[in-house]
Order: sequence, then C-alpha cells, then structure tokens
Amino acid sequence: MSSPSSGVRDAPAIPVDPTRRPGGRALSAVLPGLPQILVGRWGTGAMALMTWVGMIAILVTRTDRVLAAGSGAWDERIALFTLVSGLVASWVWSWREIGEAGRLTTVGVSQWDLAVRAFSKNRTAVAGLLVIAGLYLVSLVTPFIAPHDPNTQYDLLTDRLVGMSAEHPLGTDQFARDVFSRLLYGARISLSIGFVAVGISVTIGTLLGAVAGFFGGIVDGAIMRFVDMVISFPRLILLITIIAIFEPSIFLIITVLGLTLWPSTARIVRGEVLSLREREFVQAAEALGYPKKRIILRHLVPNALAPVIVAATLGIGNTIVLEAGLSFLGLGVQPPTPSWGTMVASGRNNLLGAWWLSTFPGLAIVFTVLSFNLVGDGLRDALDPRLRS
Amino acid sequence: MTQFVVRRLLGAVPLVLGIATIIFFLVNLAPGDPTLLLLSPGVTDEVIQQMRENFGLDQPVHIRYVKWVGAMLTGDFGYSFSHSRPVVDVLLDFLPNTLILSASALVVAFLFGIVLGTIQAVRQYSALDSSLSVVLLFFYSMPSFWLALMLILTMSLYARNVWGLPIYFPASGMTSTEYEFLSAAGRIADRVRHLVLPTLSLALVLMAGIARYMRGSMLEVVRQDFVRTAHAKGLPERTVVFKHALRNALLPIITLVGLYIPFLFSGTVFIETIFAWPGMGRLIVEAIFQRDYPVVMAGAFFFATMVVVANLVADLLYAVVDPRIRYE
Repeated sequence: MSSPSSGVRDAPAIPVDPTRRPGGRALSAVLPGLPQILVGRWGTGAMALMTWVGMIAILVTRTDRVLAAGSGAWDERIALFTLVSGLVASWVWSWREIGEAGRLTTVGVSQWDLAVRAFSKNRTAVAGLLVIAGLYLVSLVTPFIAPHDPNTQYDLLTDRLVGMSAEHPLGTDQFARDVFSRLLYGARISLSIGFVAVGISVTIGTLLGAVAGFFGGIVDGAIMRFVDMVISFPRLILLITIIAIFEPSIFLIITVLGLTLWPSTARIVRGEVLSLREREFVQAAEALGYPKKRIILRHLVPNALAPVIVAATLGIGNTIVLEAGLSFLGLGVQPPTPSWGTMVASGRNNLLGAWWLSTFPGLAIVFTVLSFNLVGDGLRDALDPRLRS
Repeated sequence: MTQFVVRRLLGAVPLVLGIATIIFFLVNLAPGDPTLLLLSPGVTDEVIQQMRENFGLDQPVHIRYVKWVGAMLTGDFGYSFSHSRPVVDVLLDFLPNTLILSASALVVAFLFGIVLGTIQAVRQYSALDSSLSVVLLFFYSMPSFWLALMLILTMSLYARNVWGLPIYFPASGMTSTEYEFLSAAGRIADRVRHLVLPTLSLALVLMAGIARYMRGSMLEVVRQDFVRTAHAKGLPERTVVFKHALRNALLPIITLVGLYIPFLFSGTVFIETIFAWPGMGRLIVEAIFQRDYPVVMAGAFFFATMVVVANLVADLLYAVVDPRIRYE
C-alpha cells in the first residue's frame, strides 16, 4: 500500500482509470462507500456505507446514551470505541480508496490475491461476509441499540408473554423481559464462543497435524490414533459428559469446545503436510539445514493453511449450533445471561401461547450459521485453484 | 477379503479400548467425590470411608481402571443408581428405541438427499438448482432442536388447535395413551404417526448435507469420459443418468454413512429429549443430571463403539461395491 502523499507514483503514463469518477471524493466525504458501490466494488463499499449510516443513525437517535457511555460500564465503553472508530475508519478508508484506485500498478499476483479476487466475484459469499460483519458491529454497539435492559423484568401481570408491539418489537418472555433486547445481548455469546473456540482448536490442530505429518513414525501414530478416538465420539456426548462433571460456565464451554474440536483440523493438516513434505522446496529447506521448527512453521504450515481456513469458517457455524445446543440442554450459559440457545429452550414451554419466544432466537442462529457457511463455501471455491473459473 | 475384514476388525479393538480409557479417566479424575453426592451432610468419617470401600474408591486409580476394563469385557457395566438396575439391562431397554428413530431418520435423509442432489446436478445452474441450493443450505445451517420445536409448533400444536387441520402429528412419546386398546393395524399407524416429527427433525438437517455432497459427486461423474461416451452412443438421457452416472456417484455417499452416524447420535440427544422419546440420548442426558456416572460411562462407550462399528461397516461396504479398492 502506498501513502497518498507520495507524488512519485503520480506518473502521467498511467491511463485514465474508468473506476475513478470525478466527484467520487466529494461523494465519499458525505456517504463513504457509495462511490465504491457506484463503480462496482459493492462488497467493500456496502461495508463502509453500512458502518457509516448505522453509526450516524445511532449517534442521532441515541445521543444521550452515547454521551454517557464514556464513564459507563466496560461494554458501553467498547461500544463507544466501536462507534467512533467505525465512523473514522469508514470515512478515511472511502476517501483514500476512491482517490487511490487505479494508481497502484500491480506487479505480481500472489495466490492470495487470486483468491481474494475469486472470492469477491462470488456474490452470495460476499453477502454472507457482509451479514457477519454487520452482526459483529451490532453486537459491539448493542448497549446503544437495545431498547431495554436484557434482564429487567417488567410488570409480571401486564407485560408477561405479550406479543409484538412498538414497545417490545419481538414481544416479551415468561419473565416479562424484552425478547428483542435479549436477542441482541445473546448475540455476544454465540459470536464470541464460535470465534474463540475455533481459534483454539485450529491452533492446536494445525500444530499437532503438522508435527504428525512431518515427523511420521511413532509420533504420527500416537497423535493420529488419539485423533481417531476423539473423532469416534459423538461430539455432543463427549461435551455433555465433560461439562456435567465440572460446573457449567462460559469459560469451561469455550475451553472444552476448543480442546475437542481440533482433531479434524489435525487430520486435514497432516494430509496436506504429508504431500508437501515430498515437494522440492521443503527438501531444499531440509538440505539447507534449516531447523525443523522453521521448516514446519515457515514452509509447511502456511502452505497447508487454505483447507484449514475453509474448515475453520465452516467450523464456526457448527460451534455456534453446538453451543446453542448445550445451552438448550441447560449445560451452557447459565441464566439470566441471555444466549440464543437458552432463549429457544425457555420458549419451549410456551410454544402454543407465545410462538415468538423460540422462533426468533432460532432464526438468529440459522441466519448467523448460514452466513458462515456461505463464506466457508465461497472460501473453498476461491482457495482451490481447480475450482476457480 | 476375509483377511481384510479380520484385519480391520482387529484394528478397531485398540480404538474401542482407547475410547473406554478416555471415558474412565475423564470421569474418575474429575474433582469431587461421588460418595458425597449420595450421603447426607454431617455423617461421620467412618461412614464415608465405608461407602468409599463399597464402591472400591479407596483403591488407587490404576487398580480401579484395570478392574473396570476387566468387568466391561465380561459385559458388566456396573449398577445404575437412578434406575436401581444393572446398567446393561437399562441400556438394552432404551437401545431399540434409538435404533428405530436413527434408522428411519437415516433412510429418509439418504433417500431424499440422493434424489434432491441428483436433480440438482442433472439440472445444474437452472433456477431449480439454485433455489434448491438455498433451501438446502438453510436446512443445513439449522440446529435440529430448533427445527424440532418449529415442527411441533406448526405440524402439531397449530395444526390441531389453531388451524383445525384434519392431519396433525403427536408431539411426544412413542405411542398414544389409548395404544393398548387399538387394533393391530391401528397400533402400527399410531407408532408411525409418533415417528413422523422426530424423524423429520433429524432427517431434514442430514438430508441437506447429503444432497450437497451428492450434487458434487454427481457433477464430478457427469464430466467423465464414459458418460460422454454414453451420450455419444445415443443412449437416452434417462439411461445415462440412472445406469451410468448415478451408480458411480453413489459410491462416495457410502462413506457418508460412517461420517454422519456421530452427528445422528448427537441429534438424538436433543430430539429424544424434546419428543420424550425413551431412547439412549435422553437416557444419557437424564443420567448426567442425576449424576448417575455408571450409565453415563456405559452410554458414552456404547455410542462411541457404534460409531466405530458404523465406520467399519462403511469401509467394508465401500470395498465390496467399488472393485477399484483392493483389500490390502
């Protein structure tokens, strides 16, 4: 990336770029992202526009809460930080990008560049990515958006199990709490658990898989036999056994999910490493006498990463479903902390009288997981050179 | 062939033993003393000590491990606190119900998954293909427990109480209360009616995955030379699709059976709990909440062993139907 002030790159030889429109900068100053959408880069443009419009809307409609957030609880401060940095980032990015576009001459194209290009052509995958980005943004600024406190119980006589209204957009639950606010706060659990647990498992799985594939022999046998065993367990049974033995808590669930999901990653990485090990560049690295640690971390792991990224993205979706399931059984996040799984479970006893209780948190799970699956499918197509058209 | 089967069977033995080991140490190295759960607070130390001796907990872990494995090999899984019966008897009571549910879900899922995937592949890039893709991905992303609740909501509660439809399905149990008074045909119909919603909840999610896989597999086969040859010979489309392409595309689907069995069992835990279906999944969940560890250990072991067996069967089936796989 070049800085916009370096005049050296403003060489006259570069032909006029059709994506540079006069007035693009002026437009980007008012509505960041819109000029990008107009010239066809709708993925990144929509991202910036969505952030900008959303943050401005929050600033205008919830001015009092935003002003009070600086001295509030930690989640309000995070929300304030997100708000400010989102505004600044989308504005600065759009201003610079629309001016710079076309100036950078591409010299070499890496595999990753090709993958990014292939991915951004896949409309459904980009849409999924936008939904995910939107979800994370919303969950970060939830303290500003939520119409009610998630745990406040209103009048149990008049506000219990009330249907959808302007006051309660998605109705109230059996404790007369606002379902929409609980849904917003519940997103935190689902979105963070999926990310952290998959992060842990991918790290462990990649390292162990690479070690198994690289060293072979006894090390390989020991690791892979253990992997076989863990994979043979129905995952949910293993999880509920462990969680039931200890006391359920959010940290336990993240740890247990992280420590039980790695075997599938290890299998993938081992397979990749086994074929990479025979390739010339690895043999050259060995002939040069590089330490084994360097060969594994610098030569093998980066080249085995593509299928891992795909599996991890799809794994986040699975983990969200798994966590919701554990919460549904009462082994996950404990009440009154809202989570989508517990919300679905609590609606179970009032299905006929209050259908909205179980329906909306479930829909939230479905659309979140759907977005991750769309992105995962898109990544698989983009990262596999054979599938690129 | 026989040699291949025997070797695979022998290979599964250490796997099953390893699984048993993991379960044992998981349960036994956990903090807390199981005897304290059974005793009222304030009893003397001698009573606690006596209790520990009765359960064999006064012995070191490795001795207990050897004893446990030894007992298990003779089919003795211990005694269930909550059911007051040997664990094996309890499991054998609940196992058939789970097998009925799993089998019907597997059949429905594979049948519809294969049909839908084939339709998609044959009509690739058509409106039908893309709309089916969206619908299937929607089901694929769905938690089965939520799908179960939505099915109960629409096909049971609302169909009966709100919309007043003539057809609705029961939302819990395996049989109606008046089951004993029904005729033989009525009994079968009653059981099938009770099976519909749990089966659908399990099958629809699995079906979506199978259809996605089937579409990919079929598309790969369709591109191959022998299919082009079949077309070039002037064979009718129907013959090419069903006789040449489909048969070959079905081969990798067999491995999915082994892959999906663990998912299926995880699903039964929710579905059996929601539909009050007296199966293994519900048994284990209840045992966990009652801290009935012998049942938990035996149930987890049973499930894991069935997964190993299912994988084994899938491997063997694959070797049988695909002559390119050699038994080595």
